[in-house]
Amino acid sequence: MIALTIDGKEIEVETGRTLLEAARENGIHIPTLCYHEALKPYGGCRMCVVELETPRGPRVVASCTYPVEDGAVVHTETDQIGQLRKVAAQLLMARAGHTPFIQELAASVGVDSTPYTLPTDSCVLCSRCVRACQEIVGIGAISMANRGSDRVVAPPFSISSADCIECATCVQVCPTDAITLKLITDRNRTVHVWPSEFARGACRLCEYHADEWMDVGAQEQTVHG
Amino acid sequence: MATTGQERIIQPRVSDIRKILDKQSNGASSLLAVLEDIQHQYRFLPRDALIMVSERIPVPLSRVYSVATFYNAFSLKPRGRHCFQVCTGTACHVRGATLVINRLETLLGIETGETSDDLEYTLETVNCLGACALGPIVVTEQGYDGMMTISKVDKLMRRVHSLGSENADAGKPAQVDAAATDTAPPA
Repeated sequence: MIALTIDGKEIEVETGRTLLEAARENGIHIPTLCYHEALKPYGGCRMCVVELETPRGPRVVASCTYPVEDGAVVHTETDQIGQLRKVAAQLLMARAGHTPFIQELAASVGVDSTPYTLPTDSCVLCSRCVRACQEIVGIGAISMANRGSDRVVAPPFSISSADCIECATCVQVCPTDAITLKLITDRNRTVHVWPSEFARGACRLCEYHADEWMDVGAQEQTVHG
Repeated sequence: MATTGQERIIQPRVSDIRKILDKQSNGASSLLAVLEDIQHQYRFLPRDALIMVSERIPVPLSRVYSVATFYNAFSLKPRGRHCFQVCTGTACHVRGATLVINRLETLLGIETGETSDDLEYTLETVNCLGACALGPIVVTEQGYDGMMTISKVDKLMRRVHSLGSENADAGKPAQVDAAATDTAPPA
């Protein structure tokens, strides 16, 4: 076990946990976007930043990727942290301010508008879908393509992926509904925003098969879990 | 667009790609080395070659695509035998890179970022080569040419052109076969 202090509260957690997990297990709220319980930490959104006391002064770290250390002293709500989260939230608002998830997240850190202008897109490149496809489904049908401001989530060559089994796990984990599921006919549907019809396949993990899944009610069709 | 036609003309030969893959045996970590070799051989990454790579080394096609689109050293579009890279960094821009680009576009008959239909010339811009005192600077296979002016561009063009006719066969893609346009590309 490892003993550390978060916001003045003395906490004991197992070795190998992250600061975020330690905080959440003990009722300390840290806002997150790219973090998902079922996925490996990514450290992309910078909403979960916290301040760590070090011999050389305070250091800002992403709590979702930082492993707990014995004797660590962590503050989750300092002025600097608040400012950093605000800027991150403003940038997210500039890109996807029309999505309820981002609005709520921004409101939770006291941001309701943005001074920045960015091309509007529901996708905030949190990589949840890409990681879910790789880590949960084990397929890796989609990935990040290009770099910098051109970066997008896309299947190879931006055409429908032959590897996709239309399990819709990506739809499930997407926080901003950037990936949608469309029923084309009773038996054909398309996941993602790219025009395509996918061949049916089986999930390697849960033995779920699209044929069986199609028979459940329309309400449940957006949920696979 | 011309590019699709060019892509169809250059069909990667399965045996060539296999040869490249056989040289590397480090599994997933050989991805970059394999892509570099393919880029070197064809001067771009043919779609079929990327699919072959993902089938041979344990990396999903999506990851191969991700890596191929991330690095500037890789191109998914065919590139010309001679490449003109014009620096458009701040110093070069101020010293007249735009004039140099305009002249090259006129001479080559292509826009920036394009490749001529005969797969001879590619014109592209780069952001900074770190030789700002020599700006505007143009890079070709002949090396770095600094302090470019329109008349120096004309001279450089003649030099590159004469080089092209001397060893016309030396740098050609592994297979440029007009007949290949008739056959359907392999899945």
